[in-house]
Amino acid sequence: MPISLLWAVDVHGRVYSLSTAGQQWERCHDAQMEFKRVTAARQCCWGIACDNKIYLNVHASDLPVRYQEEAYENQRWNPVDGFSERLLPSDRWQWSDVTGLQHQPLDSFQLPSSSWEWEGDWYADENFEGEPTEKGGWTYAIDFPATYTKDKKWNSCVRRRRWLRYRRYKAMDTWVKIPSQQTSLPDPFSDISCGGWEITEEPRGRLSLWAVSLQGKMWFREGICHHNPEGSLWEEIPLPGEVVQISCGPGDLVWAVLWEGQLIVREGIGRDCPKGTSWTVVDSPTPDVGAIHVAVGVNVVWAVTKDNKLWFRRGVNSHNPCGSGWLSMVGEMIMINVGLNDQVWGISWEDRAVYFRQGVTSSELSGKTWKVISVPRDGDRSQSRASTSNGVTCYVTSDSPEEAGSAAPSVLEEETVPGEGEVKAPCARLALSPSQSEGPLDPQWSNVDLEEVQVQQAQSGALLESADTCSLSSVATYTLALDDQYGADEHPIWAWVSGGGCSVDSHSHLNWFTSSLNTSSLVQSFQSMSLSVTPAQTTAWRRQIFEQLSERTKKEMDNFRHYEQAIEKTVWVKKGTMQWWRDWKPHKWIDVHFALEQFSGPDGNKDGIIFVYYNFYDEKKYLHAFINEITILVPVLNDSKHTFAIYTPERTKQRWPIRLAAATELEMHDWLALLSVSCCDSRGIQGPPSKQAIWSITCKGDIFVSEPSPRLEAMPYPTPCDQMFWRQVGGHLRMVECNSSGIVWGIGYDHTAWVYTGGYGGGFFQGLASSTDNIYTQTDVKNVYIYENQRWNPVTGYTNRGLPTDRYMWSDASGLHECTKTNTKPPSPQWTWVSDWVVDYGVSGETDREGWQYAADFPASFHGYKTLKDFVRRRRWARKCKLTTTGPWQEIPPIPLCDVTILPCADQSSVDVVPLWAISNKGDVLCRLGVTALTPAGSSWLHVGTDQPFKSISIGGASQVWAIAKDGSAFYRGSVSLQSPAGQCLLPIRRPLDQVGYYFIIIAIKRATPFASLLNWGHYCGFVVMAVKVWIIADRVQGTHSLSCGTVCHRLGVQPMEPKGASWDYGIGGGWDHITIRGNAMDPPHIRLPSLTNLSASAPRSPLLVRNTEVNGNAVEC
Amino acid sequence: YEDEDNRKKRLLLPRVSYLTLVTDKVKKHFLKVMKQEDMEEMWFEYEGTPLKWHYPIGVLFDLHASNTVLPWSITVHFKNFPDRDLLRCPSHSVIEAHFMSSIKEADALKHKSQVVNDMQKKDHKQLWMGLQNDKFDQFWAMNRKLMEYPTEEGGFRYIPFRIYQTMSDRPFIQKLFRPVSPEGNTHTLGSLLKEMYPAAIPNEVCPDDFQKRYQVVIHGIEPLLETPLQWLSEHLSHPDNFLHICIVPTPTD
Repeated sequence: MPISLLWAVDVHGRVYSLSTAGQQWERCHDAQMEFKRVTAARQCCWGIACDNKIYLNVHASDLPVRYQEEAYENQRWNPVDGFSERLLPSDRWQWSDVTGLQHQPLDSFQLPSSSWEWEGDWYADENFEGEPTEKGGWTYAIDFPATYTKDKKWNSCVRRRRWLRYRRYKAMDTWVKIPSQQTSLPDPFSDISCGGWEITEEPRGRLSLWAVSLQGKMWFREGICHHNPEGSLWEEIPLPGEVVQISCGPGDLVWAVLWEGQLIVREGIGRDCPKGTSWTVVDSPTPDVGAIHVAVGVNVVWAVTKDNKLWFRRGVNSHNPCGSGWLSMVGEMIMINVGLNDQVWGISWEDRAVYFRQGVTSSELSGKTWKVISVPRDGDRSQSRASTSNGVTCYVTSDSPEEAGSAAPSVLEEETVPGEGEVKAPCARLALSPSQSEGPLDPQWSNVDLEEVQVQQAQSGALLESADTCSLSSVATYTLALDDQYGADEHPIWAWVSGGGCSVDSHSHLNWFTSSLNTSSLVQSFQSMSLSVTPAQTTAWRRQIFEQLSERTKKEMDNFRHYEQAIEKTVWVKKGTMQWWRDWKPHKWIDVHFALEQFSGPDGNKDGIIFVYYNFYDEKKYLHAFINEITILVPVLNDSKHTFAIYTPERTKQRWPIRLAAATELEMHDWLALLSVSCCDSRGIQGPPSKQAIWSITCKGDIFVSEPSPRLEAMPYPTPCDQMFWRQVGGHLRMVECNSSGIVWGIGYDHTAWVYTGGYGGGFFQGLASSTDNIYTQTDVKNVYIYENQRWNPVTGYTNRGLPTDRYMWSDASGLHECTKTNTKPPSPQWTWVSDWVVDYGVSGETDREGWQYAADFPASFHGYKTLKDFVRRRRWARKCKLTTTGPWQEIPPIPLCDVTILPCADQSSVDVVPLWAISNKGDVLCRLGVTALTPAGSSWLHVGTDQPFKSISIGGASQVWAIAKDGSAFYRGSVSLQSPAGQCLLPIRRPLDQVGYYFIIIAIKRATPFASLLNWGHYCGFVVMAVKVWIIADRVQGTHSLSCGTVCHRLGVQPMEPKGASWDYGIGGGWDHITIRGNAMDPPHIRLPSLTNLSASAPRSPLLVRNTEVNGNAVEC
Repeated sequence: YEDEDNRKKRLLLPRVSYLTLVTDKVKKHFLKVMKQEDMEEMWFEYEGTPLKWHYPIGVLFDLHASNTVLPWSITVHFKNFPDRDLLRCPSHSVIEAHFMSSIKEADALKHKSQVVNDMQKKDHKQLWMGLQNDKFDQFWAMNRKLMEYPTEEGGFRYIPFRIYQTMSDRPFIQKLFRPVSPEGNTHTLGSLLKEMYPAAIPNEVCPDDFQKRYQVVIHGIEPLLETPLQWLSEHLSHPDNFLHICIVPTPTD
């Protein structure tokens, strides 16, 4: 889980953040202002400062916020001047947008605010639909508007070119004021809430920001997305009453509190309408006590009433945003906030400390207990800093004046001390308060200045008994003096907390609760630091133990080997019952006895035999396999059985493993761990994989590693690859990439990047089969898809009543299997659902507004709009599921990736920087800085500016980077070096068949996904290539069963003069998804030509027809 | 005894086992050379100290002979069983009962007995057979369950440990001790000893007193005092699931 931040504001208006990995509130020193409220998202934090203006703090990221401005230059040919800017009167503007309708000269482009800067000057784009154009970037057509081509023809009368310029958001990690609107807003803001990022992924980084003004009006900020973090304008939302507070969840929940104490729920929020359409009123939990505060998440609503009671709303989800009823919860809070994963924070009424709700899971959304977050603030250490300003406006939310008074008794005491001069500056700010500038509201609830506070304080005693009569939610501004003494308060008083950017869940390990006493004592934190074990010490004690143990063995054992053993070694047998997928037809699961017999082999290695005892027509029979013959143990978890497959070379050839099913997952893991240890023992393999190891991944995300034997590439008789021994490494990945200095990176199904830590084991491996350190928790999230199919009939239109011959109305992609919303299970018991079913609009080919795709009949190609000829339609539903496991992998936050490549360096020292490039899942090209064999995770990303999104990247010999853009164009960049890790700029490849030949192999293979056309790469090879190794994952191996899809294949006979190779050697499969052999660079050093030393290959094993549109870079990489 | 070869028997003993469990060969050996009527229950003695069979062999060695030259010569007696000092051990089932009760006691400390109670009879048998046959895999396949703990708790409930020393009459020190302090700090071997046996820690008050008075020995080695206790308990416990710590005086030479 990446590190993320919890934001909070104390009563002095100081903004603090607490890292999920930290143990201390960090003061946001950048904030010149004091803040009243903050609302956080992952990528930014919004706040209302004491000037009642809205401020934005965009978190710095390796990925810059960059916006491409474009303008078109149009020209027409005339016989006199040739092509010139003289256009016909009926023509478009000489400078226009892409449609030609808008006049757009280059100097009309302005930076939207002072937070932006230009990245460079305007330049003409020389790339047209994936192909490089002639110099100048002109594209030609017969007339406007028409189809443009990059070649000039005899009838080309007009031409145009695209000019590009980039602007960059520069105000990172600092609070900047959102420019106020031309049509000035009527009154200052009093509450703010952001969310809505889960409604849709288009455009990227979209946020909903809701704000409430002091007059109770509500505003929605339009146009916030990744490349427009500030948004564009405010739009007023009509309301049924006056609102005091609003909360917007990550999804489509928006609730607000009315002055009168009822709650309103926004309905109609969706992908096409993030603002929603209407309000529904929900009554306060108790009829006589109104609500003052509400907080919503994805599926939860929490509320606080004026008596500080806490309420949880039952039955809330996106179909029923209003929920069904209130549940009273334990605790008394002044405010509450719901963050990511529906986690909850609150500020207690009693001690104003921030509390975290423990035990909130998707099945138990209301959580278990409140736990106080008791970590020191960094300001506590150097108190002088806290008192730079003399007067501070503080904002206290409270429901009644006496409560406000009692909440800040020390504050008021301070103020009664005369002669502090504390009222000067703050009073100027207070002039903004509506009670003075906008005329009186309810007199008790206006903002109050110092005198009024004192009056109220005086009143509060009298008002104690009549709490409800005067309680309305309120905003009261107090002025208080801040001096050193007060800055050193040992008991921080918090006013506001926001967890919208804080990613924790029930698995997270938080260090926020270190001290049971609610103190922030300096001494204590120092003690904890001195006692905690630092990595350096860790290695010291560990090393000491291992050194002493080996010394002890020498002393006590080695000299006495000739002594008689006190205990004679015997054969040890482990038995169990399992089910076996029997070898003969009809195939079915039958009950068998399974046994592993272990003994010491002649060479001292342990060896063993496995037996499967079965009954054949009442006759007892068995089959067996020697442990040293087993090449791989593959868990084949499916939704009904806990099965695994055992392969030997013979069974790999037959594509028919021994398939066994254990009764429980635990039992299967026991057996797998034991068998795996036996297999490794018999082959003398232990510890982590070597640097030369070959890594591969199955379509279930399991990771396997094989130690290459030197004979693997031997000529003319290499080791057949069905004899390779694969062992499993814990973790879950979609792709993996390595190089020969032991740097291994992986990408999960959720695009998270992971780096290999050097450990081994994890997952179900325990004890000796797993390293004790370097094993971390790993999570992965993927979508499960089902299709809703409908047929049109003349009477009722589209219905779910199909023809008798039709596919299931709820099916998988093939239509052959029925998959309803209720009967579809996660892929295996390891996965759990983490979301509800939602319509998937991201399916390839467009969809209509409801996600439907139309076709003439099943099965056919679908399109995203309805025509008269379409009789069937379908839409895809997606549901997220999550897996939590352990493995030797550490996350590289925060940028999700879709492709990664590491230079396959042969002989480098451990301190040399290794080029590592990646593509983010949005198509940005990234270069990782500081990657060495000692620090494989590197330090940070360097963003490489490009004109278009990319999908695939590969770095080859001579440090040249090759990349393919989403539109299919190929790019190349030379001389990536230590001094300039990013190299020169990425150049389009103009002449694919020039002397630098080998790169074309890569590209050819990358783009030619189907297995057959992959064989054609030799067609492009008119050049010299040294020592190429080609491994691929074949979609279908000829003459075998359906199981064989996704098979590891090794191209034999690939030689410098024969790059096409001779034949395929088939290895382990099916069900394989990805392989990388870039660690196995065993070429003799004298072959140091700028050539490709390794080719590793993989092909996605999806059965979809949409292959060519989903090339996505995992076809082949090198 | 020393002059006669058939009065000596050399054996390679596993540190983690029990004397009476691995000395069938000794018994057989002496059966051949001794008169039947002289054979009563066998017991062992080293330099005048009767050796308690119910301590693991490694503990006995570390406690009594850690700085002596190997092989470790111990004397076998077949008469005058010292009932005051030793438990009788008529059969292996007594050892099994002792071993299993230790495991159960340890699990009571670690998991409120939840793990060991969830095991079946055959699982218990597998633990015992693993020890008896010196088959680590067989033993560990079951024992690893006893070594698991919920990650969010950061360790066992209490660490099952025993501290032995030769200098006192108390057989050993055993108290409740958690792997993590209430403040969330990891307890180390040092923090355990500070509480249980402060004398074993090199004197903090006068650091110039370089001479260590005691050695803290586990499995024949001296782990650093900053070694986390939880790690020690997981990796250096004996098969009975206890962390046996021996405190012996530093040899004066």
